[in-house]
Formats: sequence, C-alpha cells, structure tokens
Amino acid sequence: MALYAALVYLPANEYWTDQPEQVHRPSDGYEVFAAEAGAAGVLQGGQGLYPPEMATTITVSGGKGGDVIVTDGPYAEAKEVLGGYFLLEAADLDEATKWASQIPASWTGGKVELRPIVPMQE
Amino acid sequence: MTDPSRQLAETIRVAGASVLATLTRTFGSLQLAEDAVQEAALAALRTWPASGIPDDPRAWLLVTARNKAYDIIRRESARPAKEAFASDYHQVGPDTAEEALSMLEPDSAVRDDMLRLIFTCCHPALAPEARVALSLRTLAGLDVAAIARAFGVPEPTMAKRLVRARRKIATARIPYRVPDDAELPERLPAVLSVVYLIATEAHSPSSGDVVTRIDYEQEAIRLARLLCELMPGEPEILGLLALLLFSFARRPARTGPDGSEPVLLRDQDRSRWDHEMIAEACSLLAEAVRRSSGVAGPYQLQAHLSACHSTAASWEDTDWSRIVALYELLLMMTGGAAVLLNWAIALGEAEGPGAMLTALDRIAGLEASHLWHAARADALHKLGRGEEAAAALRTAIDLAPTAPERHMLTRRLAQ
Repeated sequence: MALYAALVYLPANEYWTDQPEQVHRPSDGYEVFAAEAGAAGVLQGGQGLYPPEMATTITVSGGKGGDVIVTDGPYAEAKEVLGGYFLLEAADLDEATKWASQIPASWTGGKVELRPIVPMQE
Repeated sequence: MTDPSRQLAETIRVAGASVLATLTRTFGSLQLAEDAVQEAALAALRTWPASGIPDDPRAWLLVTARNKAYDIIRRESARPAKEAFASDYHQVGPDTAEEALSMLEPDSAVRDDMLRLIFTCCHPALAPEARVALSLRTLAGLDVAAIARAFGVPEPTMAKRLVRARRKIATARIPYRVPDDAELPERLPAVLSVVYLIATEAHSPSSGDVVTRIDYEQEAIRLARLLCELMPGEPEILGLLALLLFSFARRPARTGPDGSEPVLLRDQDRSRWDHEMIAEACSLLAEAVRRSSGVAGPYQLQAHLSACHSTAASWEDTDWSRIVALYELLLMMTGGAAVLLNWAIALGEAEGPGAMLTALDRIAGLEASHLWHAARADALHKLGRGEEAAAALRTAIDLAPTAPERHMLTRRLAQ
C-alpha cells in the first residue's frame, strides 16, 4: 500500500474570496466522499484550508535564525488555489485515481493533484 | 534480414521485450528487469554467434536474465544501507531451479505480461514524450542513443527522461496490470497515440551507419501488429494498423529519385505503391468497420481517409466529396488546425478553388504554417490571381522548416 496526498485545488473566483472571514462549510459532496473513502479504509486524514487572503508567508533571510520576513497572502494571483487535502492510502496509482475522481473539486471546475508521500525513514 | 548478425540482434530485441515484460512482473521493478535483460542480451551477443541461436531464444534469455537479476540484487544489497534505500528494487525470494521452471509459462501468460508492460509504459500519468521514449526502450528494445537520435535530443537528455519515467512508475506506483474492460476505452487511446507518434514523429537520420539505422514506421507497424495479436478484434487497433499500412505502402513513391525531396500525393507515381499492402490495409479496415458497430474512432476515420486516396486511380479520380465528409467527422471528434487545413484542401477539389480559399481564410492560427500559405497560393493561382499567389508562395518558402520542402516550393514558384 502507498500513501498519497490528494491536494484539492479550487477555482480562485469560486473560493471564499467574497466572504473570507466566513467559516468554510464543505458541500454535501465532500461529506459523501469522506464517508465512502473512510468506510473503505482509504481515507487516512485531511483538512480544509482557509483561502489565500488569510495566508501569511514567511521567509528567513541570511540562513537559519536570520531576519524573519512576514508578508501578507501568497506571492502571486493564481487561477486555482489549494483549498485542502486528503490523505489516501491505496494499493497503486489507479486505485488512488479512482478515489480522487470522487472528490467534488475534480468535476466542479477545480482539480485534484495526487502526490505520493515520501515514506518516513526509520 | 539475410545478414546473420542483424538477424541475431533482431531475435534478441524481439524476445528481449517479452522477457522484460515477464521479469517486470516477477520482480516488481521495471528498472531491475531492464538492467537484467540488457545484461542477458549482451551475454547472448557474446555466445550465440559461436553456439548458434537456441531453439527457444526466449527461454534462454529468460533464465539468463533472471539469474542476472538475482546477481544485481546481491550486488545492491551488499552496498551501504543508504544507497540500498534509494534502490527501487523489491526484495525477492531465494534462487531455486523449481522457480526457474515455473517461469517458463504458457503463451497466454506471456501475452498478459506483454500487455501489462504496454499499458504501464503508456499510462496516462506519464508525459506523452516519456511514454513514447519508454515504449521504444522497453517494447521495441531500442537503445537510448537510437531513441535520442530519433527525437533530435542529446543522449543525456533522453537518458534523463527515461530515468524520470521509471522513477515515477516506481514512486507513484503506476500499476503493472491490464486495465479491465470498463477502463479500456480510457486507456487504449494513450497506447495507440504512442504507436502513431513512433510512426510519424520519430525520424532516422538520413546520414550515418546503415546498420544502426532504425525504420520507425516499420517499428510502429510491428507494435500495431503486436497489439492486434494481443487484443484481437479491437476496432481502433485495426484502424490504426490499417492507417499505418496505407501510409507505408506509399513510401516508394513519397520521395523523388534522390530520396530526399518529398513528392506530394497529387504527383506520386501510383504504380510504385505497394498494392498488396494496400489490399491488406483495406481488409483490416473492413474488419474494423464490422467490429465497431457503427461508431468509428479517430484512427478508423483517418484510415478511411487514407483508403480513399490509396484506392483511387489518380488524384483527379479521388472521391473528394467522401473525403470532405470524413474530414468533417474527424473535425467533430478531434478538431485541430491540421485537420482543418486538409479539409479546406479537399473542399477545393470537391467544390473548386473559391470554396477552398474561403475555407482557408476562415482558419485562424495558421499564419506561421508554410502549408497554409502554400495551400492559399494554390487556390489563388487557380483563381487566376497570380501576383497574390506568388506572394503567398514566397511567404511559404520563408516559413518552410526543411531544405527539401523549400526546394519543392521554390520550384513551384518558378512554374
């Protein structure tokens, strides 16, 4: 079995940009997916993210312990923004793909990116 | 094929691909299987010239490659732990004679292994150029240098592309399996496009050692025939094979006497076409039609188009209205500026140069294509607008990417 992060990208203009302070309520589709993937033992975790307007970007200049530079938001305007992720455990990429295609973002104008997770080294 | 050393290399190449397929399944690593088959092939090249080609070359290669694979694993596990971690090789069991015997499997198992390898190398999660490169490496058994030459990239670039593809198969766990019937419609097009790209995009350098030169059109035909054998009756595979054969049958007439300058279909000496091959392509296409229950895929449509040309006695005798209709079907399915251009040219033959020019001028985005300007020149010339035709032809000459094409257009300008 392998672990994949299913990164859920949403169209920036359909995200919560209008009311950034509003708490995100996932659509029913996400609940259905979570229930089914959970019951199948595929869903190993996941979180939704507040929109980029709520983001803070941090860099440190001059090496570790150097000046901490804090800026508002992400660097660039993007058409699609990361809205959350699911952790999926699947036998192979085809099985992970089958589940990723059940995540509503994949058919509602967003997309899902599957990234294999680097295993922890003992 | 009479050259014995060439026949030897060919036997190793063909049998090697199916050994690779089986070892990839038993060891769970494409990289390991490739390394092992490579070593077995070298061993065969060393010993076969003296001993003669064994009765069952595949079995010889399989047993040899399998032992090489165990050697490689032993070498790997003797290396420091950090490097061993980086290895994609799976752990495998002990070396027993019984196991070696069990690997000599019936034809159906060999067939399934080959299909698994094909679908893994053509998985949609790999970039199209990676699929083509990997297929040439694993299915056609070509070396990296030859593949790099075929796509005009330096050898290290191609080597890196292959390494990246194999790493993705291992890391993202692209499975080694044949898609089930429900998945097949989604997965087969990626396989077919690889075969089509090998026929159309790969080029043998015109100069260089004749022995190492590879005929990519024939390679693609060989793969299409293999697919036909592995998945009999699949209409799009039949359509693709027919398409490739129609095109290959015209090859003797496709270039001028010096072998480099292209001869347009219109001007080709049709008696030089391979009519036996055209007949085979026609019967494959008929079979595809019978099996596709009225729904033609894009390759079958292109094969129908090719059939119209291949069965016509001359350019003038061609059934142009059928070709126009076929292009319109193809446009609905695939779109694309190249299809539009060919549709406009066919329309010119069916309805005259006025219709052709109107159609050409409605195509957007081909201003940089020498073919579009050349087609416009042709239509303008037929409409008696000589000066505009000459100007269009001059633009086409400036834009033509290769010297032979420039020569051909320059000669047309002189006429």
